[in-house]
Amino acid sequence: MANILIRYGFLALLVALVVFFSVATSGFASPQAAVFIFQSVAITGILALGVTATLVVGGFDLSIGSVATSAMMAAAYAMIVLQQNAFVAVIFCLAIGALVGLVNGLIIVYMRVPDLLATLGMMFLLLGLQRIPTEGRSIAAGMTMPDGSTAQGTFSPAFMAIGRHRFDFFLPDLVPVSVVVLLILAVLIWFFLEYTRFGRMMYAVGSNPRAAELAGAPVKAYKIWAYIISGVFASIGGILLAARLGRGDIASGNNLLLDAVAAALIGYAVLGASKPNAFGTAIGALFVGVLLQGLTMMNVPYYTQDFVKGAVLVIALIFTFSLSGRTAR
Amino acid sequence: MATMFRIDGLGKSFGPNKVLDGVSLDLFPGQITVLMGANGAGKSTLVKIMSGVHAPSAGAMSLADQPYAPSTPAEAIRAGVVTVHQNINDGVVSSLDVATNLTLDRLTGRGAHLFFNRRRNRREAAEVAAGLGLDVDLKADIASLSLADRQMVGIARAMAHAPKVMILDEPTSSLSSSEAERLFAIISRLRDEGVAILYISHRMSDIRRLADRIVSLRDGRITGTFEQKPLDYEGAVNAMLGRSAEATAVSVRDGGKPILTVSDVRLKPQAAPFSLKLHDGEVVAITGLVGVGKTQFAETLFGARRAVSGEMTLDGQRFAPSSPADAIRAGVFLVAKDRAESGIVADFNLARNISLPFLDRFSFLSVVRKRAEREAARRQIQNLAIVCRGERDMMTTLSGGNQQKVMVGRWMSQPSRLFILDEPFQGVDIAARRDIAAKLRANAQGRATLVFLTELDEALETADRILVMSEHTIVGEHRNERLDIDRLLAEVAAGAMKGAA
Repeated sequence: MANILIRYGFLALLVALVVFFSVATSGFASPQAAVFIFQSVAITGILALGVTATLVVGGFDLSIGSVATSAMMAAAYAMIVLQQNAFVAVIFCLAIGALVGLVNGLIIVYMRVPDLLATLGMMFLLLGLQRIPTEGRSIAAGMTMPDGSTAQGTFSPAFMAIGRHRFDFFLPDLVPVSVVVLLILAVLIWFFLEYTRFGRMMYAVGSNPRAAELAGAPVKAYKIWAYIISGVFASIGGILLAARLGRGDIASGNNLLLDAVAAALIGYAVLGASKPNAFGTAIGALFVGVLLQGLTMMNVPYYTQDFVKGAVLVIALIFTFSLSGRTAR
Repeated sequence: MATMFRIDGLGKSFGPNKVLDGVSLDLFPGQITVLMGANGAGKSTLVKIMSGVHAPSAGAMSLADQPYAPSTPAEAIRAGVVTVHQNINDGVVSSLDVATNLTLDRLTGRGAHLFFNRRRNRREAAEVAAGLGLDVDLKADIASLSLADRQMVGIARAMAHAPKVMILDEPTSSLSSSEAERLFAIISRLRDEGVAILYISHRMSDIRRLADRIVSLRDGRITGTFEQKPLDYEGAVNAMLGRSAEATAVSVRDGGKPILTVSDVRLKPQAAPFSLKLHDGEVVAITGLVGVGKTQFAETLFGARRAVSGEMTLDGQRFAPSSPADAIRAGVFLVAKDRAESGIVADFNLARNISLPFLDRFSFLSVVRKRAEREAARRQIQNLAIVCRGERDMMTTLSGGNQQKVMVGRWMSQPSRLFILDEPFQGVDIAARRDIAAKLRANAQGRATLVFLTELDEALETADRILVMSEHTIVGEHRNERLDIDRLLAEVAAGAMKGAA
């Protein structure tokens, strides 16, 4: 009985919430509302899936939020100031994500800086760095450059489509690109971690690095790759953010890090895993989305949102660490 | 001579596990008693009871004819029994300076001052340091000190209590020889001042230098006391390693063609080079005391560390693995020492633990074939008679012996050229040990098997040939058939000085 509760408790709670909101509010149980929930957690969810990879190898990545906003600023800068096309902007962002992940990994693995501190430092560094090219201004079409000239570029239509286009799915124009990207990445990372030998070895590295090393695994390389995955995922989140906003807004993306980490940690409790896992992370993100959407539709004020998220996280962590006897990180 | 410290019929059990069984031991003032014992003999437990960490399950202790039963380490120190622990950094706080470390125990407890007065602290520290003739900069950070100096600081602080009994638990295990010399000088001085000293060590050179008396501990019992000068070192080693008559003899086989050759390999810059050959189908044991380089050699063969010099060949090809992955590809497998630390992945079930090194062989396009993986695990469960409910059991539900069988099964699941096991019988019950040894011998054909063992009994039960290691080199070789046990023990005890005969 206790085992069933630990295994399926969180999923049951999610189902119960959906049922409750469907009954209590009108319009919750509609395709549009469902899609809206997915859309609201898409960027957070993608970041959370990335940070899950670092959690699996026993690390942590606090720089994901600032990687995402840096990628957003980079995309805007590439198109508006450098007048590049959408393809170049996307590649530029992904390269930044991979590079930051690589540097994080190298600092942690070879310079032996603890993961939390290294990525905290990187977070700070990026928060500052993304403001330097424009001397602290947001980037939008027609903006005035530091030298007094006016930026000539615009957000290319192809890039804007990433944020605006919706695919037909039973209903016309239903599913936005960001949700499709979230679902694809979720399936990819889930399959990678659960079913491939690389994912398996990453779990071994996280659980007992010495044993993994003596089983022939290149432990350092696995750790570095985990941070690269995390960086690339965060930059994808940044691309979606830029496409949604249509500008490089220095004030946006403040909550990304905390929301993403919360989703990944809530994921520990899903299916009684007691360890980082991609499926749990996705459910964790969705859980927060459902809860917030439902409460909003019941006219609960917006300023209670962070409190609700925090409460869910604390409960999920207690669930993970005290109810299921095994200790994860 | 009056007894300073008396242990009488001391017993200690952890659950069903009897660690100490009726240990009686007297310590005399002005005398160094060396306690020898292999891993798991109960030395640390004895030290922990004497120093007030554990309470005994049976028996009693007395200090200067008064009953002595400390319930905390602090109580033991106050009564006059101080302990210098093996891990030097346990004794000092590395973020504080020398002066504060020397007086650390005065910062707390009754009568401690509320405010920290640096000048008073320095004055007290200078007194403590002078008590041991210690010449270190009181203002220096502990972190800037050598290991030996840190240990001196720990000892000086302990000495400030004017102890009656001092316990040193393998104090030289991380010291260089010149640092050890300084420690010996201090220990000799304490002896002359009339302290009763219990010195725990494996190192024969330390023991020869210091011992007035040797006591051997084996399986929780005192198996020998040697106080007649000149001391019988070989007898002490013999009593510690044990040589029970019922050790089952093996039917010795000669190996086939050579598989591994090692020529002039040096494990440490100052160690003597050695050579050896391992043959197809034979099981070779390398025995020797703890810390003589057995694990270094195992890890060198497995690519986890590199030899200082020398050549190795595997099947006639040059063999110089740069990583464990390299060694595994060449068919050299290692069941590493200390399975919890370096073998078991606790988050994985039995099947996943077995497949870990060979995931590439269990994968198709990098996707793990779980059915094949489970199949292989079931084969090993049957092969080694692992007691479990199934291949999906978590490792923590298994007993120590069965966990070890899983570790052995992991590396037996694929064919190897050289199969190395480092202390495979540590924390393994006798039945499981016999199973593993029998399996090792039964399927030894087609590979060379190399087992590193501290306990001589285990080597006698397992191997066709026994090599003796001492001071990071091979000092003796024996065929496990009517072997000259006295010569073997002499080699284990004597090391390179008079070994290699």
